[in-house]
Amino acid sequence: MFDFLITFIPRAVGQGIPLLFGSTGEIVTEKSGNLNLGIPGVMYVGGICGVIGAFAYEQSGNVNGFLAICIPLLCSLIGSLLMGLLYCFLTVTLRANQNVTGLAMTTFGVGIGNFFGGSLIKLSGADVPSIALTKTSAYFSRSLPFAAKMGWFGKVFLSYGFLAYLAVIIAILASYILKRTRPGLHLRAVGESPATADAAGINVIKYKYVATCLGCMIAGLGGLYYVMDYASGVWSNDAFGDRGWLAIALVIFTIWRPNVSIFSSILFGGLYILYMYLPTGMEHMEVKELYKMIPYVVTLIVLVVTSMRNKRENQPPLSLGLPYFREER
Amino acid sequence: MNNKKSEPLFHVIKRDDMTRGKAWGIRAISIVAALLLCALVTTVLTGDNPISVYATMFSGAFGSARKTWVTLQSLSILLIISLALTPAFRMRFWNCGGEGQVLMGGLAAAACMVTLDGKLPNALVIIIMIIASIAAGAIWGFIPAICKAKWNTNETLSTLMMNYIATQIVAYYTVLWESPKGSGKIGIINQNSNIGWLPEIGNKYLLSILVALLVTGFLYIYIYYSKHGYEICVVGESERTANYVGIKVPKVIVRTMLVSGALCGLAGLLLVGGINHTITTTIAGGQGFTAIMVSWLAKFNPITMIFTSLLIIFLGRGAGEIATVFELNQSFSDILTGIILFFIIGCEFFIRYKLVFRSGKKEEVKNV
Repeated sequence: MFDFLITFIPRAVGQGIPLLFGSTGEIVTEKSGNLNLGIPGVMYVGGICGVIGAFAYEQSGNVNGFLAICIPLLCSLIGSLLMGLLYCFLTVTLRANQNVTGLAMTTFGVGIGNFFGGSLIKLSGADVPSIALTKTSAYFSRSLPFAAKMGWFGKVFLSYGFLAYLAVIIAILASYILKRTRPGLHLRAVGESPATADAAGINVIKYKYVATCLGCMIAGLGGLYYVMDYASGVWSNDAFGDRGWLAIALVIFTIWRPNVSIFSSILFGGLYILYMYLPTGMEHMEVKELYKMIPYVVTLIVLVVTSMRNKRENQPPLSLGLPYFREER
Repeated sequence: MNNKKSEPLFHVIKRDDMTRGKAWGIRAISIVAALLLCALVTTVLTGDNPISVYATMFSGAFGSARKTWVTLQSLSILLIISLALTPAFRMRFWNCGGEGQVLMGGLAAAACMVTLDGKLPNALVIIIMIIASIAAGAIWGFIPAICKAKWNTNETLSTLMMNYIATQIVAYYTVLWESPKGSGKIGIINQNSNIGWLPEIGNKYLLSILVALLVTGFLYIYIYYSKHGYEICVVGESERTANYVGIKVPKVIVRTMLVSGALCGLAGLLLVGGINHTITTTIAGGQGFTAIMVSWLAKFNPITMIFTSLLIIFLGRGAGEIATVFELNQSFSDILTGIILFFIIGCEFFIRYKLVFRSGKKEEVKNV
């Protein structure tokens, strides 16, 4: 049992980190009153932009550790920032419907990811059979040098690339900022009641822009982590799958708290791969497909149960999904 | 911006005076602008000139009689799903579960085809299939609806999760029924007996087109000229008002989602029984999501929806052709669709609001 956990937990964490990035990003966004359903698309864009950066860099010749991390990271952040700006421009400045804008962003983002993932080699004219960024990826997934010597402790806690720790740090930081600082208070005010916040002299539009763009950048890192670390630098179309949607569902699961998200993301990561470990018997391989349902069923049940309990402090930001227009009160 | 004056360069005011013709004019301009940008993007990526890009796209969608029929067939399926989602959207119930409802409808049809083969006469099998698919879709719509009605569960997320649950159920049956064993797919069901294949009218494409037209007519009447449609509209505008005038909101939510799910199930039936004669987890092909945007673009009007779904299908098939000709990835159409959607979403602003520029200064032109 102990041996099982030692192999299972690192894999669950590997699955959970993209969800953690995604859900932290979405929580920050939702706290400003924007329900960004474009997060799955943003995560694809974050991933593919990192891949494009790394690909261009690897093609250019010798690979240096510092740049190998900085270039994909920067590309990924810029890509997801642009998606965030697009979303903000449409929903905050032009006051468009957030659901439709978000879904369009998902279509667009997944399209960008798969298109460039599938055509990058042809477009760049490079003569490689597939996108495998092993050199750059090695820098991303490099763990602490002494992790291997620490036995089970090292394996469970220290065997991850730096982005995994970054995810946890960002989540804790986001939690602290939202709860304990003045900008966090202002941000929550904007999400609860933009009209009140506006009357109190808070720049609603600025807060919405900054929170949503930051949220997108954090979520985009989830895509980057998935490709560069978890998938060892191999991009395959649609491999990222529906993790973006799970990240959005996790927001409700964690009742809008990034620190809770650390554990629940890893829990969900575990549920995501649990089907590989559950016994099926040789005769009934089809049952595995039913096991894959577990994370979604759990999410659905959690959704229903939280809505049944209906506690005041567990509610979404009051103005979530609504555009704000000062003259319209 | 000029800091000496406190008055900003321009301010935004709401307008109510936009005529319908003018509003569609603005939308048309934005679509044209979006198509120009799409052409530019395509030109940059492929090096082809913009005019021949659109010629390629057009030939992809309508290049031959067969291509035109296929386009019309895809159009009819997308149209049915969009129509199915529309009553829910008019009620402000964000049914993102079209995908799952279509899958369950399709699965029910496939189940009838597999299990009733050789046991019942063909006509009876088809009747059972129709009932089963519609019921399966309706059940998949009912579950999120009852949660929403009873406990106000967020429907966007619950319907999304239902999609994935449906996908896994289909995956389960795909393994269970796979033929030949180990191929990982079901293959054409009843290839020899043709039991459960929906009858062809004229040619094999016409049936779904006719069904789509019927559903359009039905929904137009249902939404605009029936008591149910009126109740949906009131609930969508304001639940409090609905309560006040004595409309039972939970009942309307559940009933509308049953209709919505049932129509999605019908689309699944057509996909499995009429078009593909097999079922895969990707048979809905993301159309459950595309339909949300088709429906929204048409302002939830069934007649307009014919044109918006045509636009999306044209782009999809056209971009597919470009991708084939230039050996690019098929996801190219998603990018083009995204660009067009962003433009149309953005242009709504200029229909609802207008910019008033600071007077006394030079009038500045703000680009759309």
